[in-house]
Amino acid sequence: MEIDLGIDPGLVRTILTKFIHSEITRSGFSRAVVNLSGGLDSALACALAAEALGPKNVLALRLPYKTSADDSLEHAGVLIEKLGIESLTIPITEMVDPLIERFADMSQVRKGNIMARARMIVAYDQSEAFKGLVVGTGNKTEILLGYSTLYGDSACAINPIGDLYKTQVRQLARAIGIPEPILVKPPSADLWAGQTDEGELGFTYENVDRLLYLLVDQRYRPEECVDAGFEEGFVRKVVERVRRNQFKRILPPIAKLSSRTVGYDFLYLRDWGT
Amino acid sequence: MKLQLALAQIAPKLGNLEANLESHLRWIREAKQAGADLVVFPELSLTGYVLQDLVPGVATLSERDHPVFRTLLKASQEIDVIVGFVDEDPRHRFYISSAYLSKGEILHIHHKVYLPTYGLFDEGRFFAPGNEVRAFDTRFGRVGMLICEDFWHASPPYLLWLDGADLLLFSSASPGRGLNSESKLESSAWVEHINQAYASLFTVPVAHANRTGFEDGLNFWGGSTVFDPDGKLLVQAPYYEEALVQTEIDLNQLHRTRARLPLLRDERPELVASELERILHGNRSRD
Repeated sequence: MEIDLGIDPGLVRTILTKFIHSEITRSGFSRAVVNLSGGLDSALACALAAEALGPKNVLALRLPYKTSADDSLEHAGVLIEKLGIESLTIPITEMVDPLIERFADMSQVRKGNIMARARMIVAYDQSEAFKGLVVGTGNKTEILLGYSTLYGDSACAINPIGDLYKTQVRQLARAIGIPEPILVKPPSADLWAGQTDEGELGFTYENVDRLLYLLVDQRYRPEECVDAGFEEGFVRKVVERVRRNQFKRILPPIAKLSSRTVGYDFLYLRDWGT
Repeated sequence: MKLQLALAQIAPKLGNLEANLESHLRWIREAKQAGADLVVFPELSLTGYVLQDLVPGVATLSERDHPVFRTLLKASQEIDVIVGFVDEDPRHRFYISSAYLSKGEILHIHHKVYLPTYGLFDEGRFFAPGNEVRAFDTRFGRVGMLICEDFWHASPPYLLWLDGADLLLFSSASPGRGLNSESKLESSAWVEHINQAYASLFTVPVAHANRTGFEDGLNFWGGSTVFDPDGKLLVQAPYYEEALVQTEIDLNQLHRTRARLPLLRDERPELVASELERILHGNRSRD
């Protein structure tokens, strides 16, 4: 068994910047909008977009909630400065608190989802104002695990980094010169104080990326992953998580009635005609 | 005899026949100006690759009086051209096709015989498979054309070799895939290996025109190549960029290579035929 999660950063950088440029310009745009959280994924997406389109054609949005870590805003600021991209800071507290305050017993998950969706609203509003497409920041690990808010942080026009596992994102981000504090801090959705991805998921990215690589990329059966040394409960949990979250990865099914139905037998790429 | 061979590594627009025809004429003109005798375009160069339900709308009847072919045939008065297109037969079956145009004539049309329908590919859903692998005569000698998956199988290049092809002209719309720490994606490395292998095994020049650009999230890696009959790389186009590359193929090298290495002379097609007969129809333990 060989688990090779290594990448050639130069090759990946070439493909992804050309992808961003091609897919944005052929839809008639030349600019991008990115929600810049201060974390690694959005920092990388921003840097790739800046390289693909030119820094002045990228708008980074910093959208803090009152509980967001101070670090997040600061780290995003360092990157904005370094890349020379456009930026706006729009706190979302006043947008989301009226809804949150209506429900005294609202769970953290509900609050987190509301924040993620509020940020989506701001991004798409700025998309129209800045005339840029929203560039997504979800990586392959979180897409497979469904570790995102549907119509929230997963909403985007194109996603350059969705086929890179988190550990591969780290390699590319390092090679591309993302500032050190962003590279080394623990990944977090930053929806409440002290939240970390790995704490919430219950396993490390390093471990789950290796497992997902076998399951998804190498088509190992779950029992073969156990034979390869992964703990059985962990394998079961991840397999089930991937299955349960398929709904987040596809468009909502349409009930088929006619002889030609969107999603089944009306098949065109988005790049149709361009 | 020497042949100035050009590969037009283009990024076609998906389903936009008109725009692609225009760009073909531009690239043909450029190749002509650069002194090329033959310019090879990639698979489905006139239509784009992931056509899905666009197939019937972009299909062209490969007849002399079809407007697209009329224009291309006119351009072929001065330089031979291989284009990729969707051929619709008189009974309205659609084929992924390559046409060889020369001096205002269509010399040959190849219908892709292997339609990948696995992984990211879905060609078998939209296209009919071709049923012929034939070499044909040109002003540069006898040549053979194949399209992408055709040469992922060993038999079509082998058949063309036996059918007299002394120049193999491959075209692809090859999506890049297979990420690891190497500087090439697995698909690029694989295609380059087998192109070089065919040149070496069949002591024949092998040209491969691959496309570039993107269709939604698919990247087409370019990197078009020409290998000589010794398996030596003559020219390679850049990865991930449109490019017109040109090289001189010295067809006299066949004489020298095959004097040194008479693989063609010693090949035993009768043996292949008799063993195939036994394998297909004779007594053989089933596996």
